[in-house]
Amino acid sequence: MITFDRVSKIYSDSSIALQAVSLQIRPREFVSLVGPSGAGKSTLLKLLIAEEFPSEGRVLLDGTDVTTLTVRELPYLRRRVGMIFQDYKLLVGKTVYENVAFAMEAAGRKEREIAESVPEALEIVDLVDKRNNFPNELSGGEKQRVAIARAIINQPDVLMADEPTGNLDPANTWEIVRLLEKVNELGTTVLLATHDREIVNYLDRRVISLERGKIVRDEEKGKYDRA
Amino acid sequence: MTLKRILVAAWRSFRRNGWLSTATILVMMLTLFVIGGLLLMSVVTNAVLTELERKIDIAVEFEQGTNENSILAAKREIETLADVEEVTYISADEALANFRERHQNDPDILASLEELGDENPLPATLNIKAKNARNFSGIAEFLQSKNYPGVCDTCINYFENQKVIDRLSEIVRSVRAFGAGTALLLAFIAVLVAFTTIRLAIYTAREEINIMKLVGATNWYIRGPFMVEGMLYGSIAALATAVLFFPIAWFASGKITALMPEVNLAEYFQTHFFEFTAILLALGIILGIVSSMIAVRRYLRV
Repeated sequence: MITFDRVSKIYSDSSIALQAVSLQIRPREFVSLVGPSGAGKSTLLKLLIAEEFPSEGRVLLDGTDVTTLTVRELPYLRRRVGMIFQDYKLLVGKTVYENVAFAMEAAGRKEREIAESVPEALEIVDLVDKRNNFPNELSGGEKQRVAIARAIINQPDVLMADEPTGNLDPANTWEIVRLLEKVNELGTTVLLATHDREIVNYLDRRVISLERGKIVRDEEKGKYDRA
Repeated sequence: MTLKRILVAAWRSFRRNGWLSTATILVMMLTLFVIGGLLLMSVVTNAVLTELERKIDIAVEFEQGTNENSILAAKREIETLADVEEVTYISADEALANFRERHQNDPDILASLEELGDENPLPATLNIKAKNARNFSGIAEFLQSKNYPGVCDTCINYFENQKVIDRLSEIVRSVRAFGAGTALLLAFIAVLVAFTTIRLAIYTAREEINIMKLVGATNWYIRGPFMVEGMLYGSIAALATAVLFFPIAWFASGKITALMPEVNLAEYFQTHFFEFTAILLALGIILGIVSSMIAVRRYLRV
């Protein structure tokens, strides 16, 4: 359960990213966050992994206020929330296999577990034959699939995707969307920030619209545009 | 297990960033080379200066026929002074023997000595060495105030040589101070260069550090490989520098020994090689680890 309780993020008087946003997301939901650039979608996601802190309000993940976590506790939160980004954010010095394994190594998982789980995850995203390639040898779609494998390897409760298809062509975009649906079917809450109208309309799931830092619409089976 | 992962990650990154690693090691070598050079230089300067200081002494001459017992009594008294390093007594007979030996190839002088017959023209002498060149004036004043039997004002050679001795001790002092100041400044600059290089190497990894944090790695897990890498840079650079100093010490040693026969750099380097290497190694490792830690710190605040 994710709860935003009257959360504001104010950089300065002229730059307000979020304004008294309250929302709840139940486990296993698939939620699309839509809205124009600068509406506050990314800020919302960053607040959930405590990459940024709210100016006001609380952000709760399963009852824990993430804004009060210490530097020591923060890594454990981030292992429960997988993230993928528009620019993939892969470790360029590591191979596909090492990128995925890194998230498990950092979480202190056993060597044997890693050797079992990483090939499974690469199987899910269909990249087994690229396991020894470096990121710069991959296409955009392949990079994003590596990122997804890394994001789900620690079996997180939540997967957050910040414009994951922003740099991809339609074919790759649909592949990523179908992967996200698959991850959601396997029991992970998915939070997708996007401004891709087609994706949102295709998904036919909950849609939260943000505009200038405020929620303007929250519909259970929403479309990109106002119904 | 975590430690093993950190070591593996460090080694991998060290190997894959071949050029960056090599460049960083070379810069660290430069730093350690400067520091090592300053270290050896200070050893040489110190040896030369000590040798110079050793050559300065006060000679007190006693007039002919002064009772030897009273000279020895004076010697004992002078030896009790805190500033005095050593007092040697040279009797008139010894002085004559030394004189003959020094001039054994000079028939004129030997002939004139023969003319004097049994009479010894040379005085008995006390040679006084001070612990520090600066102490001589105090010792000379003490001698003057004591008025030992058989000692006249002109018998104490300090007053003739005062200007030379003062100037020499002044030079010794300022060379030491200037040398230490320059060495510290150069060492500081060298350390700064090495630090900046490591920071630059880590700057290229700032995006990676950010990603690692987002994936849920702890700060120590991220910091670890960088620190191990810094340690690797430092130790490799230190060992390479120590080896590099071997031919240089031999070469320089020949030149220095030609000027100052008392100073043997090669021998010093050989007997102190392990100490020298240990100092460089410790410096290199500390420099590598501390620089890495400071450099990574900036990018860990996510």
